[in-house]
Amino acid sequence: MGLDNKKGKLLGHDRDELINLADKALKREGVISVIVVLLGFLLGTLLIAFVGKNPSGMYSSIWQAITGHNTVTGRFNIRNIGDTLNYLVPFTLCGLSIAFAYRAGLFNIGAEGQYIVGMTVATVCAYYGPKVPVIHAVYCLLMATAAAAAYGGVVGYLKSKFEVSEVVATIMLNYTALYLSRMVCMALPGATTYNTSPFPKTALMKWGPLESMFNGSTINLGILVLVFGLLVYWFIMEKTILGFELKATGFNKNASLASGIPTRRSTILSMAISGAFAGAAGAVVAIGSFTYGRIVSGMDNYGFNGIAVALIGNCKTIGILLAGYLFGVLKQAQQFMQTRGVPREVTFIIQGVIVVFIALRSAAEIMRARISKMKVGDSKAKSGAPASVKAE
Amino acid sequence: MEYAVEMLNITKVFPGIIANDDVTLKVEKGEIHALLGENGAGKSTLMSILFGAYKPEKGKIRINGQDANIVNSNTATDLGIGMVHQHFKLVHNYTVTENIVLGIEGTMTKDMLPGLSNSASPAARKCGKIFNKVFKNMMPLDFDLARDKIRRLCKQYGFDLNPDDLIENISVGQQQKVEILKTLYRDADIIIFDEPSAVLTPQEIDELLQIILKLKNEGKTIILITHKLKEIKAVADKCTILRRGRYIDCVNVKTTTEDELASLMVGRAVKFNIDKGVSKPAEVVFEMKNVSSDNELGVEKIHDLSLSIRRGEIVGIAGVDGNGQSELLATILGLYPVKSGDMFLKGVRINDKSIRERIEMGLGCVPEDRKKHGFVSEFDISMNSIIKDYYKSTFRDSFGVLDVSKSDKRAASLIKAFDIRCGQGVRSAVGSLSGGNQQKVIIAREIELKPDFIIFSQPTRGLDVGAIEGIRKRIIEERDRGAGIMLISFELAEIMNLCDRIAAISKGTINGIKNADETNESEIGLLMAGKKAE
Repeated sequence: MGLDNKKGKLLGHDRDELINLADKALKREGVISVIVVLLGFLLGTLLIAFVGKNPSGMYSSIWQAITGHNTVTGRFNIRNIGDTLNYLVPFTLCGLSIAFAYRAGLFNIGAEGQYIVGMTVATVCAYYGPKVPVIHAVYCLLMATAAAAAYGGVVGYLKSKFEVSEVVATIMLNYTALYLSRMVCMALPGATTYNTSPFPKTALMKWGPLESMFNGSTINLGILVLVFGLLVYWFIMEKTILGFELKATGFNKNASLASGIPTRRSTILSMAISGAFAGAAGAVVAIGSFTYGRIVSGMDNYGFNGIAVALIGNCKTIGILLAGYLFGVLKQAQQFMQTRGVPREVTFIIQGVIVVFIALRSAAEIMRARISKMKVGDSKAKSGAPASVKAE
Repeated sequence: MEYAVEMLNITKVFPGIIANDDVTLKVEKGEIHALLGENGAGKSTLMSILFGAYKPEKGKIRINGQDANIVNSNTATDLGIGMVHQHFKLVHNYTVTENIVLGIEGTMTKDMLPGLSNSASPAARKCGKIFNKVFKNMMPLDFDLARDKIRRLCKQYGFDLNPDDLIENISVGQQQKVEILKTLYRDADIIIFDEPSAVLTPQEIDELLQIILKLKNEGKTIILITHKLKEIKAVADKCTILRRGRYIDCVNVKTTTEDELASLMVGRAVKFNIDKGVSKPAEVVFEMKNVSSDNELGVEKIHDLSLSIRRGEIVGIAGVDGNGQSELLATILGLYPVKSGDMFLKGVRINDKSIRERIEMGLGCVPEDRKKHGFVSEFDISMNSIIKDYYKSTFRDSFGVLDVSKSDKRAASLIKAFDIRCGQGVRSAVGSLSGGNQQKVIIAREIELKPDFIIFSQPTRGLDVGAIEGIRKRIIEERDRGAGIMLISFELAEIMNLCDRIAAISKGTINGIKNADETNESEIGLLMAGKKAE
């Protein structure tokens, strides 16, 4: 691009053009998300260099996570791509979960807890469900989704009925879910401190052809659940009356109430559906990525990372998918980074920095305000008359 | 002639708008100078610049002939400028004295070591001084001096205030006096009044004007921001007129008529009275019988209120802000439950009906707080136009899915019928429209639903004269269509102009209903103040 060309003309008449361009760019939320992500990587790069390692190790790891091509050995393994896609599923589903509540004006910090509930219920159903191929796995998924929906819906009910803060309630319910899960799973067949005995084959989301296509990767039919989830999210938000109600309630609860929209129902439903997405993520991890039940000692953090995914994706279907992919790639890259001597913790720092920089959205607003001021100043200087005057 | 305030060629730009465009204001010492303009003319911006809240892009300020660089309200105070804000800046659970000294309380701490600070040895005095400075924020306050000064000022200006009363226990008129005292306490010579009569009853306004004249007689310079011509004629010497951010003229009030002032303000001749025709009231469409209701804090704001409105008439609710108008609206709409009494819409008791049921029965509402209750600003006009009936099959396609083209069609017809000015047609976010056009969107949507009973609450607040005329015409059209209309407004002139009957509201109850053509402002004013009709 003619970058230096623009630079040269910066003080000339091209300035207006540049201002307009900047204004347009900052108006697009997607551009801001990209800037934020780039800033995150910039800081991560500097950090690696600062501790005396070679930042290129991080980028070659990320390259390998995306393309499966190992630049060090020159070998290609499609398995890496499959594994990355498998990580993408829970990140994106949890992102959808957070985004769904967020669009309705609720902050569901409890996706992690709902995820654990989904995972636990799927694990239990894997042992006690009908051992018929396909039906068993679907049964596990549906039960997990329903249980997590109820777990989220309770918070929505408390919020709409008693004005209980959904933030506080869900934070607390995260821990409730974690320890409840441990208690339940300890009682399952073959439970040790870490895991339970292998699942019946019928409960698994694995599909041989898919696995062999990706050279024995962990990728599984959870990817279909994700596609379905993305479609459901888009359809409800953009096409249904429920979506209309949720968005209206999220943007302006008072006006929605005064217009006769059942805002209480919106609150309960949005929390329940939000929980359902997180629960589906839990089920996919439980019977997709693993072949035995886990007795979790800590949180997997997919739910918490979902907050970042939703924010980076700006709660838009495609945005969430892309942000979920970014997080999947970073997670997959971690193991490669370690073999290249780059501290894998850098990816967490990048994720954290990205979340902090999301606050740049308001900075972008300030920038746009400045830009429009420049514009008004210009138009006035040119015509000697104000373009539009209305405020006091 | 010596000028107390000179603001020369002031230009202030906000994102997207020029609030002040080369405005000049010259105020002579000891005069009452009115600053006249419509809402949005740039009066408040200009005064905020004078008081240090904004920094102008261009222009110069001179106070008492000296160049002044006013960076914040403290510099303004030091220069002897005081401001009586439209919305009082008072702490309600503090006393009058505490409120007045708020912000300068640091100057009135007690000397904790008088032995040291008053001792003969300079070293000891210095120690005392340092001690007092270091522990300044922990020192007990000495209110006696402040109280004495406030008493003295009250006596000088004839204010009936007790320095130890809590703000929450005194009337709005008295609260305004506290605001005035704040400026006097800080020895202000130039006092700015920002729309001071907006919250007062007609009687309180008379009292305020007397106070302003008294201040002038004591040698103060007064700048009075207002759009009420009567007040300007009553007290002001000079009047500077702003229109759309520009300086229009500075006239001598004594030799200018109200009509001349009005046309200078608006830029064309203004018709003050609206030709509303004769009302033909039919059967009762809405009725309240001894209704009481609480607000969300559990305070009973509507108390034993009875009122009935017939089809084809406009009933005005006149009252001073804060006497239950907002709560009345919320109760009728269904936001607050009815605690006792009954409400009937078209003869059906609606106490227990949901908001949606009330809307479906024919209740329309243009709420006072447009942004909060009227629309979703992030939604476009299309979505806002169906926000009350989006669930009906008219807006879905054959699969039951929301069909945007159907709401677009409605929005397009509303935009055309109401001449809504919008950048991107039906896709314009309502939040991006100007206030007048936002109001048009709401009114268009309500009228589209053909309600039998419509509440208009402050329908013209903050709008320019052109938009006001259009909206008033619509209200009358709705009346003539056969709807019952309730008009809630703080502007008595608007109520007197538009309504067929006027109900005065005071402390949450209707204190008397008069036919508009058989009453006058002062009678309604007394009813608003809570005096019983004889």
